[in-house]
Amino acid sequence: MRRKGLASMAVQNAASAATVDLGPASGLSCRECGEVFPLGPIFACELCFGPLEVAYELPTGDPEALRKQIEAGPANIWRYAPLLPVPADVAEKPNLNPGWTKLVQADNLAREIGVAPGKLFVKDDSGNPTHSFKDRVVAQAIEAARAFGFTTLSCSSTGNLAGAVGAAAARAGFRSCVFIPHDLEQGKVVMAGVYGGELVAIEGNYDDVNRFCSELIGDPLGEGWGFVNVNLRPYYGEGSKTLAYEICEQLGWVIPDQLVIPIASGSQLTKIDKGLQELIKLGLVEDKPYKIFGAQAEGCSPVSVAFKAGHDVVRPQKPNTIAKSLAIGNPADGPYVLDIARRTGGAVEDVDDEQVVDAIKLLARTEGIFAETAGGVTLGVTRKLVKDGLIDPNLTTVVLNTGDGLKTLDAVADTSQATATIRPSLDAFRDAGLAV
Amino acid sequence: MAVNVRIPTILRTYTGGRSEVQAEGATLAEVIADLEKNHTGIAARVLDDQGKLRRFVNVYVNDDDVRFEQGLETATPAGAGVSIIPAVAGGC
Repeated sequence: MRRKGLASMAVQNAASAATVDLGPASGLSCRECGEVFPLGPIFACELCFGPLEVAYELPTGDPEALRKQIEAGPANIWRYAPLLPVPADVAEKPNLNPGWTKLVQADNLAREIGVAPGKLFVKDDSGNPTHSFKDRVVAQAIEAARAFGFTTLSCSSTGNLAGAVGAAAARAGFRSCVFIPHDLEQGKVVMAGVYGGELVAIEGNYDDVNRFCSELIGDPLGEGWGFVNVNLRPYYGEGSKTLAYEICEQLGWVIPDQLVIPIASGSQLTKIDKGLQELIKLGLVEDKPYKIFGAQAEGCSPVSVAFKAGHDVVRPQKPNTIAKSLAIGNPADGPYVLDIARRTGGAVEDVDDEQVVDAIKLLARTEGIFAETAGGVTLGVTRKLVKDGLIDPNLTTVVLNTGDGLKTLDAVADTSQATATIRPSLDAFRDAGLAV
Repeated sequence: MAVNVRIPTILRTYTGGRSEVQAEGATLAEVIADLEKNHTGIAARVLDDQGKLRRFVNVYVNDDDVRFEQGLETATPAGAGVSIIPAVAGGC
């Protein structure tokens, strides 16, 4: 059954649902109870409060033709436009064209952590326009905002998203106003503020910011605002599917055996799984088993704690970790992460801040990739899972680095100093033992 | 013991479109029961079949998430602000 009541109310003052062109997107469905709604700027089911997800009429026909069409597409996420909630001419609209980032075969790192040569890959999303995977999801949200007639683009953010929204809004001609916790790393504040939009610091942590934004969206004060991770969240989340598409295409249209993915709200992990399932359904990849592992920081590990305890319910925590981009104490998609980890035979694990820093430095030292703290969490957990025997070192493993270490310099500043200070003389150089 | 309850958009069909209503009760459970008296059907949206808060509903009494307090038994002093908010926002 298709409900019209509140969804119709929600699209008043925006484009009417009938005129919305979001390509293959056919509607929204509740992940919890299955209730169906028309496309619109709504994000929670009116029956059970469950999260709404985009439903599709995906392409049918010859997988080979679709594969060729994708391969001939632009070197960004729009090569996958037929599988995303975007109009067919999306690539012609002003946006940052994120994606198609490097998949690095990490043999040096593999040797260090005990994985077989040729089996470990790092999907390095620091190469996106604002240096994190958030550019992918914001690009989707922008298209939904256009479709629904919003004029202001907004978000609650732990930093990366604020920058991604500011940049994308600037390029696409939207006003932006983003909300961040007051104690963010200075680098992220600068990277969010430089794009010229409003940047509002909220006295509280991320969960407080998120609560405020959820209240604003339900108030006349928030009229005309597209919050990428609130009322546009169903569309925004779909951007993470492109990570799954790219990884498989870059591996030669093969699903990796094991993926390690960081958990903030858990949305990214669930959408990567959704992307893999779609590729199987479309016949673009062979249907084969894969394991999904979730990574958290010990100081904010509600999903990991629930997984290890065998619980289906995620008990919220007050975050306390250097991995601020993952510091969501009440993760909206936590229960679904548990389902996916268990369904695929994966796991959810956490590492402490010291292990996060060690992992950042290990990746930098072995592969020349400077990861932000979230990447350190993911690699730290990978290392732990290999050691514990949960990750098979002889199978293909893809580790996600979701952002650039330049965003979280504070995490490694104390341990990344000059290794020697000498006078500018050859004698001093010789005495310091630096010559080979 | 009157409190102000902020109603999210998806529950406003039960409150005649109002975003804020008053309710009586010394605890959150009593407040929800009083809401049900005046806005029939609203309790079943917030509580599951076992009478517990639904998984994807966050409720705050003033600035405190009741999950960190006493859940449905959290005290709701006179004049308190109670906010019902969908939990599926935010993050990635």
